[in-house]
Amino acid sequence: MLADQDRIFTNLYGLHSPGLEAAKKRGAWDGTKFLLQQGRDWIIEEMKKSGLRGRGGAGFPTGLKWSFMPKKSDGRPHYLVVNADESEPGTCKDREIMRHDPHLLIEGCMLACFAMGAHACYIYIRGEYVAEKHALQRAVDEAYEARLVGQSNVHDYPFDIYVHHGAGAYICGEETALIESLEGKKGMPRLKPPFPANMGLYGCPTTVNNVESIAVAGTILRRGGAWFAGLGRPGNTGTKLFCISGHVNKPCNVEEELGITFRELIDRHCGGMRGGWDNLLCSIPGGSSVPLVPAAEIIDAPMDFDTLKNLKSGLGTAAVMVFDKSTDMVATIARIAYFYKHESCGQCTPCREGTGWMWRVMLRMAEGRAQKREIDMLLDVTKQIEGHTICALGDAAAWPIQGLIRHFRPEIEKRIDRYTANPHPTPVPMAAE
Amino acid sequence: MTKILVDGIEVDVPPDYTLLQACEVAGAEIPRFCFHERLSIAGNCRMCLVELKGAPKPVASCAWAVRDCRPGPNGEPPAVSTKSALTKKAREGVMEFLLINHPLDCPICDQGGHCDLQDQAMAYGVDSTRYGENKRAVEEKYIGPLVRTAMNRCIHCTRCVRFLAEVAGVPDLGAIGRGEDMEITSYLERAMESELQGNVADLCPVGALVHKPQSYNVRPWELNKTESVDVMDAVGSAIRVDTRGREVMQIEPRVNEAINEEWISDKTRHVVDGLRLQRLDRPYLRENGRLRPASWAEAFGAIAAKLKGADPKRVGAIVGDLAGAEEIFALKTLMASLKVQNLDCRQDGAAIDPAWGRAAYTFGPGIAGIEQADAILIVGANPRTEASLLNARIRKRWRLSPIQIGVIGEDADLTYPHTYLGAGPETLAEVAAGRHSFAEALKGAERPLVIVGQAALARPDGAALLSAVAKLVQGLGSKAEGWNGLGVLHNAAARVGALDLGVVPGEGGLTFAEMTQAGALDVLFNLGADEVEVGPGAFVIYQGTHGDKGAHRADVILPGAAYTEKSATYVNTEGRVQLANRSAFPPGDAREDWAILRALSDVVGHRLPFDSLPALRKALYAAHPHFAGIDQVAPADGVAALTTLAGLSGEPGREPFRPAVADFYLTNPIARASRVLAECSGLARGRALEAAE
Repeated sequence: MLADQDRIFTNLYGLHSPGLEAAKKRGAWDGTKFLLQQGRDWIIEEMKKSGLRGRGGAGFPTGLKWSFMPKKSDGRPHYLVVNADESEPGTCKDREIMRHDPHLLIEGCMLACFAMGAHACYIYIRGEYVAEKHALQRAVDEAYEARLVGQSNVHDYPFDIYVHHGAGAYICGEETALIESLEGKKGMPRLKPPFPANMGLYGCPTTVNNVESIAVAGTILRRGGAWFAGLGRPGNTGTKLFCISGHVNKPCNVEEELGITFRELIDRHCGGMRGGWDNLLCSIPGGSSVPLVPAAEIIDAPMDFDTLKNLKSGLGTAAVMVFDKSTDMVATIARIAYFYKHESCGQCTPCREGTGWMWRVMLRMAEGRAQKREIDMLLDVTKQIEGHTICALGDAAAWPIQGLIRHFRPEIEKRIDRYTANPHPTPVPMAAE
Repeated sequence: MTKILVDGIEVDVPPDYTLLQACEVAGAEIPRFCFHERLSIAGNCRMCLVELKGAPKPVASCAWAVRDCRPGPNGEPPAVSTKSALTKKAREGVMEFLLINHPLDCPICDQGGHCDLQDQAMAYGVDSTRYGENKRAVEEKYIGPLVRTAMNRCIHCTRCVRFLAEVAGVPDLGAIGRGEDMEITSYLERAMESELQGNVADLCPVGALVHKPQSYNVRPWELNKTESVDVMDAVGSAIRVDTRGREVMQIEPRVNEAINEEWISDKTRHVVDGLRLQRLDRPYLRENGRLRPASWAEAFGAIAAKLKGADPKRVGAIVGDLAGAEEIFALKTLMASLKVQNLDCRQDGAAIDPAWGRAAYTFGPGIAGIEQADAILIVGANPRTEASLLNARIRKRWRLSPIQIGVIGEDADLTYPHTYLGAGPETLAEVAAGRHSFAEALKGAERPLVIVGQAALARPDGAALLSAVAKLVQGLGSKAEGWNGLGVLHNAAARVGALDLGVVPGEGGLTFAEMTQAGALDVLFNLGADEVEVGPGAFVIYQGTHGDKGAHRADVILPGAAYTEKSATYVNTEGRVQLANRSAFPPGDAREDWAILRALSDVVGHRLPFDSLPALRKALYAAHPHFAGIDQVAPADGVAALTTLAGLSGEPGREPFRPAVADFYLTNPIARASRVLAECSGLARGRALEAAE
């Protein structure tokens, strides 16, 4: 249980003003100049010490990522790009940061840019986040006006920050597709290598970080990496915004320590499970792209990167979706499959052709209008997509279905049997379309 | 060099090689669709996935550089396996995905027999399908008269998009939509505008883009293939002429790194139907103002009668743009035996004299040499219409690293950014005098290249202009050893060969323009010159292939063979001697041109001293040894030619340069006979009108 004094996002619910004055009272922009004076290496060292793992889903250590940037510019400028294209179904944490605590993000941008020798930062906001864009732009304008950022600012580090509004494509949350989109091209992922740290935005060294990873940087540096590392579990340190949705009594966003158990998370912050704990069917613990975890495995599991990985799932963005026993999981996964089919960029073959195939088979399976042998075929198709694509969208499309087959094969078979037994059933209501 | 293990075989390759290249060095074949050596790497088909030891998942070998591979834990070289179970599984998976939405219409698909998907499905696919859903249906698109679409078959490799964007330099094609709804389209059903668009159908690995003019007409296995060279422009692209029986069915590009790489222009490719239409297939004789079919004997008799006792000063011969060196040599020899001095090949009146040296009328650095140039000035030429592939080479140079390109003359879209300096000789004089800002770019360059085209040369002050250009080139000097910065760009395939043979007026001889004036001559022998009007008065013997301008004016028509119907030597604008081979026979009574001249010489009583093509060639090579060096460029003394040119007298005029090619698609009698090219020309005219509005 996270103590109130250890919370980083003290205005997560928007109870106070998001404005600069109020944010300063909450601690933002406090001693930023002092932090900058400690030097680049100190900042990266502290970030490494804090054990912060990227909050965008993959969980890559942030300090390490920053250290990949060239120490000295070879003439090319360096860039920081903040990924605010928060499109993962179930995830709504960055939105709250941009709406209610934007100054933490802006301060974090400055610190991160300084640590990487970048003088410009681009924040790429999801197309659907219109209010968030306005809120963030307002905060950026405030920061410029107060000369906290800008070409000549009180911190003596020339630094510009640009808010860029996307056009609403899930794939633009992939870092290289985001860079392409930012450059004005079609949002299609690039081949790696070269990695963005070497050839990113406009061919220059670039780091792409999630909003939350950047927004926590200021507080981590102020309170020290050791403080952050003391929270959570070893290897999974610090606090994390959880977005809990689904069949809980009070769905919410909450900042908690990593490693809090699923049960405690739901009981303490969400008013418990709808219909009690016996009613829990399963959970998708990290946004739609991670495989589901059945009730028995998830219920007392610590919510952190490594534990969930061992459960063959992942913490992802910590968008915890909770399903009770009234849920039609096959239809749910079919709907998720539709999402990935719709959002596939179409660049590479396995994802372009495979997502549509998987969705169509899932659609029939949700109805039961399939053969049992098709379950294995579907699993094989997911394996044919996984790991064969340019970006991780192929994997993200494959995993939910793999999770479903892993844990709900009897349910699919039962449905097929039911359909076969009754040649003219009433159509099963679909979540999709 | 880096060591790498491919299937256990150690090879030593440069670190910037891709895994695909390294595998090829090791002799392992990697299937691919989107990858093409001359296009950027897309890495999107995923067919080339291979297992790389240490990598968590298979990697796309077309995009993964050898230097990106990590060595093993004990420093062993990185290991790639192209035959492992993982690789095989990946390939089969990708192949299955490619095929699930690909229609099973191979029997009616024009790509059948030379289809990458078909071949690779045989080699790397599985024999059955697991896909039970409906296949995707995609609407056909209209993208112009040259390429037919069957978009159901598209596998989204984006080769066509990349070709047009990178090589052709036009945004004609793109992909719209996302995921499985992605479609390749010209958007709003517009015809493609590139003069290289036919290549997209060659590049298409499946039957989604096929050549429209010959669609449903040919199968690759029923064709006889003859390697030849193109004569539509002076570039001399390497082509393969495919015939079925006596008929030329299609013309495809052949790889020649020195000239066309592996592209050809649409005119080269789609002139095919022009070889069938409007052909002269028997001799004609004009009687009472009308041409009537005649026998060879009658025709020769009429000519002999006219030549008998004719004053050599009142006899002349002109050579057109498509003639091979053999017939030009035969004609020249015949005229010499008749003591005729009136001889010319410069149909457009270009001020070029072989006496100035070979470097004064060839493209000095060579077409491949353009890639070394670091500043280019184009004077009086529109390479896009005059020599499309040379233009593509300039664009390639610009893409390697942007260079300064200046243009004096026609302000056209050349597909690469260039500085338009001015319209005529005055700008040239300013640049030469160093008063123009572009002069700095040329001066700073190590290998400056000045391309001078026929728009500057084919005018009364052409010699003065060529001299001015030579002075400019001379003034720039060559900082690089052996660099010849003067590039004369020709438009006619026969021109350089004819100049090599010295087909220019002899002592006291009349020029082309003078010969074609009314009443200038009594007898004029016209070897395929169709771009000029011959004035009344002379008795005109026309030897050629098509019923075009030359034949209309003729008094005797001798039907000759087109370039696909004879073995002939052509010299391209760089001075490269190339051989066109016979792939079909001339129609009807038409004969190979040298043989006609040989037969005629007998009748007029000056028998030519050769009875066969080898004998003719022997005589030709004896007189002009460099013709024996097939596919070679004979070295020419660039410095001496520049000095000679710079010493020429004359003052350039003030007239702006006029485009040398009015209509790219209709520059010669074969092209003018083609329906396909007429349609292209019409579309291009429509676009020009639209743009003018």
